[in-house]
Amino acid sequence: MSEKRKFGFETRMLHAGHIPDSYSGSRAVPIFQTAGYVFDSPEYAASLFELKQYGNIYTRISNPTTAVFEERIASLEGGTGALATASGQAAQLITMMTLMNPGDEFVASSHLYGGTYTQFEHTFKKLSIKVIFVDPTDIKHWEKAITPKTRLLYGETIGNPQGSVFDFEGVSALAKANSIPLVIDNTLASPYLCRPLEWGADIVLHSATKFLNGHGTSIAGVIVDSGKFDFSNYPAISSPSIPYHNLNFFETFGHYGFLMKARCETLRDTGASISPFNSFLLIQGLETLSLRMERHVSNALNVAKFLVDHPMVDWVNYPGLPDHPHYERTKKYLSKGAGSVFAFGLKTGNNSAREAGKKFIENLELFSHVANLGDCKSMVIHPASTTHQQLSDLELQRANVKPELIRLSIGLETTEDLLWDLEQAFHAISR
Amino acid sequence: MGLGTSLSCDISMNTRLSADERNKFQNSDIIRKILNGSRTIAIVGLSDKKERASNFVGSYLKSERYTIIPVNPLKQEILGEKCYSDLASIPAPVDVVDIFRRPEECVNIVKEAIAIKAKAVWMQLGIVNREAAELALQNGLLVVMDRCLKMEHGRYNGNLHWAGMNTEIITAKKVSRFI
Ligand SMILES: Cc1ncc(COP(=O)(O)O)c(C=O)c1O
Repeated sequence: MSEKRKFGFETRMLHAGHIPDSYSGSRAVPIFQTAGYVFDSPEYAASLFELKQYGNIYTRISNPTTAVFEERIASLEGGTGALATASGQAAQLITMMTLMNPGDEFVASSHLYGGTYTQFEHTFKKLSIKVIFVDPTDIKHWEKAITPKTRLLYGETIGNPQGSVFDFEGVSALAKANSIPLVIDNTLASPYLCRPLEWGADIVLHSATKFLNGHGTSIAGVIVDSGKFDFSNYPAISSPSIPYHNLNFFETFGHYGFLMKARCETLRDTGASISPFNSFLLIQGLETLSLRMERHVSNALNVAKFLVDHPMVDWVNYPGLPDHPHYERTKKYLSKGAGSVFAFGLKTGNNSAREAGKKFIENLELFSHVANLGDCKSMVIHPASTTHQQLSDLELQRANVKPELIRLSIGLETTEDLLWDLEQAFHAISR
Repeated sequence: MGLGTSLSCDISMNTRLSADERNKFQNSDIIRKILNGSRTIAIVGLSDKKERASNFVGSYLKSERYTIIPVNPLKQEILGEKCYSDLASIPAPVDVVDIFRRPEECVNIVKEAIAIKAKAVWMQLGIVNREAAELALQNGLLVVMDRCLKMEHGRYNGNLHWAGMNTEIITAKKVSRFI
């Protein structure tokens, strides 16, 4: 057996980060449902608190079950380490609070999940961190938005509802030229379909609530660091840490500096930690990630093709279709498939699009009407009559949410049953 | 000190070394051999300031039950251990010489390490001197360069795993990495 063997993705999905323990031999990852940990000695405790020793102090900072999830996802994304959080929103907050100080700016793609958009635009204002949104489709927009205060660039692998595929090579080259990290939300692709770190991203994060968990059982997030970004002159990471007696996280922890600071300062102080039980569910979900993603993708492609050909469908934004404007990027960055979350527009003639959308959803039998995605079960939402119902048509337009827009998250059901369900709902609204 | 038998491979990290040089000077077999086979580590340039990286490494190695010997001409005692002004003054055998000095000082330190018959030299993260590394190799010493002794130990014995780091150790056998 070769000492240097690089194990495959599926093997790492099942084994990375967990070694059966010596006292029980438990094959499944045990759930360490504990808040605290007994210290070996007062000296040992002191060295833990000073970060001179690695180990568990309190589950708000680290936990043995969670560590398995963290190491496993780091392995799957090809990173140097990972930090799990209570939610995807918390993963974003912790990343940004670790990388930025009040007065700093960052540039983000405007093709973002709505909750992220709101967090960046409104909540970050309270931290005096300014976001500049750009239309991500043209690299010139990114270039123009960068100022001396810009600390990072941010985008999603697959942006919705446009189904835009991130220009990894263009934007990562720009980030490099400006000596700032590129942070990518890889939620909609999962590391099985795309590994942004291989395309020049420096930090990847996820709403682990979605495909990583896969079964819609937990809210969770995770941050993965490539370990390759040079933080030696990056103020938020290399300046002395006052709570840790002027410790310089970059000098002391090198390529772990960002993650150690994120864990030992930002996670500790915001308290947005994951529950060990949720980590267990995520570990179990990850064991089947590749199998689920393959099926998600094949079902999604079949549904997208069905919709394209349907007379009651105006448009379909699935980047896995050859006539999507980003199909070339899909082939390059998402060669195993373009995920299973996408939007399409109902052709509603003279009827109100809002009403038609509502009626369409009401008539679906198998698609669950929920504000989630990435579940094994297929899901649907009509933003104009739910999440965005308070907005006027003009405001909807500004938010890039057309009234006829329906968003699907295609699950693992029998393909023909999904097509049947959509067909019968189309039929119901055509009457 | 049993650091396990598991498979291992390269961890992604910031280093200025080429792939060939990494294989030579950051080789996981050599790193494990040093970690497993050593007891006494002389730390050249160990600082008494608590926030410095060298102090972190020294206190970590001590708590992992290695014998550390500070080499610092300006101090009497660091981390409870008597300081020596240079390697030649150390009265006991030294297994590893761990270097926290500027790259240009490394050739001389390696010469001293050869003279006291140390088994290995370890140049810490950010310290690259190819001439010093080659000199040590030619004289039969094990060499690691541009890596952190604490991090590598933490990687192979599982401590770093607690911090969510990718140890790249994959095995279905019962644990042997927890010492
Ligand atoms: C792409 C994307 N990023 C982030 C989030 C936020 O994650 P969470 O709901 O786990 O906080 C979501 C949730 O829908 C998402 O779809």
